Amino acid sequence: MTSPASTDSVPPQLSAGPRPAPGPAADEGLARRLRALACTAPLHDLDMRKANLAGEYTVYGMAEVALAAIDLVTLNMDFDTGADHEQIVARLVPRIAAQAPARPVAEHERVARWVLENLINVGSVDRGFRAVYGTFAPDGTYVRRDYDFKLIEEVPGYGGSVYLRTTDEAVNVLVGALDTDVTSAQIAAEVKLEVLISRGRLADAQLAAEQARYRTVQYAETLRKALDATRRNVRAVDWLQAVPDMIAEALDHVADRYRHENAILTNIRKARDESEDPEQKRRAAELVDIVKDCIRRHTQLQSRLLEAGPLFRAEQDRQAFGTPMTTSGIDLYGHLVAPVLPLPVERALRVTDAFFKRGTGLRTPVAVRVADLVDILLTPPLEREHLGAEMPEPDLIATPDDSRFSEEQLAAAKELLNLPPDAPRRLSGLLAEARRHDPELPYLVALLAVHAASPPVGTAYRQGEERLLFAVDDGTELDDPEFGGADLIVGMALLDAAGMKADRA
Amino acid sequence: MTEHVEWSEPEATAAPANAPVTPADAADAARLVAFGLQPKLQPARDQEYTELLRRYREDPPFARLADAVAAGLGLVVLEVSPRAGMAVTAAEDSVFAVRMGDYARRASTDSGDRFLHGLAHLAVAALAFPRPEDLADDGYIGRVSVNGVDAFVRQACRRLEERAEETGENTDPATDAPGLEAAWRIWARRSSTGATKDARRLAGSTTGIIAKAVAFLTDSGFLQRTGDDAGGTYRTTARYQLQVRDMAGSAAMAELLELGIVPVTDGTATLLPAEDADDLELVAGAGLPFHS
Repeated sequence: MTSPASTDSVPPQLSAGPRPAPGPAADEGLARRLRALACTAPLHDLDMRKANLAGEYTVYGMAEVALAAIDLVTLNMDFDTGADHEQIVARLVPRIAAQAPARPVAEHERVARWVLENLINVGSVDRGFRAVYGTFAPDGTYVRRDYDFKLIEEVPGYGGSVYLRTTDEAVNVLVGALDTDVTSAQIAAEVKLEVLISRGRLADAQLAAEQARYRTVQYAETLRKALDATRRNVRAVDWLQAVPDMIAEALDHVADRYRHENAILTNIRKARDESEDPEQKRRAAELVDIVKDCIRRHTQLQSRLLEAGPLFRAEQDRQAFGTPMTTSGIDLYGHLVAPVLPLPVERALRVTDAFFKRGTGLRTPVAVRVADLVDILLTPPLEREHLGAEMPEPDLIATPDDSRFSEEQLAAAKELLNLPPDAPRRLSGLLAEARRHDPELPYLVALLAVHAASPPVGTAYRQGEERLLFAVDDGTELDDPEFGGADLIVGMALLDAAGMKADRA
Repeated sequence: MTEHVEWSEPEATAAPANAPVTPADAADAARLVAFGLQPKLQPARDQEYTELLRRYREDPPFARLADAVAAGLGLVVLEVSPRAGMAVTAAEDSVFAVRMGDYARRASTDSGDRFLHGLAHLAVAALAFPRPEDLADDGYIGRVSVNGVDAFVRQACRRLEERAEETGENTDPATDAPGLEAAWRIWARRSSTGATKDARRLAGSTTGIIAKAVAFLTDSGFLQRTGDDAGGTYRTTARYQLQVRDMAGSAAMAELLELGIVPVTDGTATLLPAEDADDLELVAGAGLPFHS
């Protein structure tokens, strides 16, 4: 495979570069690159415009935040809908906070929203971007053209909610050159992943796994579009071959990936559990999450594929096996929609206008009598209740306090167990002392002491506690009228809170 | 307008009664037309309406009188039947006609918006009656949803985009000639939805434009709302079928023919994808796109 044929895969614009004559072919490559360049413009623009914002925002790297936002949306795109607006903002905030830790949280959130809204371009009616570039037409004239594109688009979700999706432009240009054959790219990534894991190179494996997840998302997206189209009208589809082939292929793919990823999961889990290095452990744990997410996406894809068959058959029954009717002669799609869409808009307008004029029915004109008008104008506006309807007084029933011990007893027991760190005590002595205060108290003390036998070290470490109660069994038997078992040594351990904090950071 | 022929035939054969028309007859005929002007009123729900409809069908002179009243008011009678009632629609330039400028304010100044509103109406009809048989079958009830219509148009646009890409055509419009931009691009580049401050649908988005169209058609008695799924689901009424079949479809077809475009189909293959991708005459059978 050393043949020079590999240059064929290089995009034509690269080889067309040095050629002097600006023919249409070279121009096409130029146009493509200009469009790719245009997709990055909104990101640069963010950094240019941040100076104009009210407030001092120059500390923030807006292009970096924007790229992170596009990555987040791409990764969070679900099969059905897209990424949730609020969730993206919440996940962006830590990165923004890291850029300017001294600034208030509200400002970080404002920056996140500003970047996200600008990526959607909320201000424009199309909610997209437009770049102008010039090309030479085949006849040699220079034509300026508009290139319209979107980076993040808003799509309808369930119940009227709005979700975010990254567009193909954003994924291709900004997430990475992923515009490749999805299936083969995914297989390659997974083979690489397995090799990397078996060699214990988790840092590289994580990178590969993330790339694999991007591809998984892209694959799901391609199939979602395809299934959407088939759902809409079964007759649009070659039911004999194309669809069953496609479904079988996709199911094979899912089964294959599922097997692969479960194998990988087992491998990483082993790496996670056996590894001594905490960094290695953390990496492995992250990898487990990524692969689990991949598996979840595949499962979702599979259930979609299984639903498609029955849907086809039901539609087939309804549409193809009905009794043939005399036709009206007008096929709205074939005769009107399909021919109109490719027309220039000023000509298409004549057809849609004619349809609108005759297709909307009638409206009875509103005629108001003067007498009514006076009444309407003189009627005082209906006063809205500012606070809404009055709330009924809630009927509360006090729940009986059925705690075994009172708050005072707990405080007394805590006081008793608040031992000096250099003087641990026997449980028997503590019980006897507790019994002198209150006959119920020994039970609580015994309970706390038994708990201290397995002290919550992890919690204390995370919360940065300075002292921790512990209990040790040294074999001595407990001599007490009410309790049996081991006479524990109960003590207070001092923890290095500052050291732990540094360690956590 | 075959129905016209249907009900006017018995009139021609029946011996015309020479009884003079009384003012009471004229009042009844006008009353029937008035019922027809309330498109959401269902004949079965109103006894007087049902009675007048029966009289229209059984009493040819009365039918002629009612037709004359309708014509005088600037109305076109589409059908008079128990299922559709007195189905009348506005004649051109009638006071009852709907004007695009009143329908959507932006549409009167922006040709792109005007096209989007018109196409939304066309697409709703195309999805409500996907096959020619559906438009001809009086018993057929079409179902549409707002998001479904948007997805359907977008799919068709994507298909055209792919075709343009296959042939290496640059569809980006020239900057100084927006009117020459391909119509599908206008829809494709408008966002399908958008978040708003008050959680309402973004009026300028394509789903907003479709929602406006279906709400308007519902007010015209052409659609009935059946649910809130997929941005709102609707089913068609007999009136809508008549309106699309006898008025809108043929008017738009005539306009298209005037533009010199003659779509040819064999009458059966409708929303099918084109058999050969080389065929660039994007007429019949350009079809509902499907990507494998």
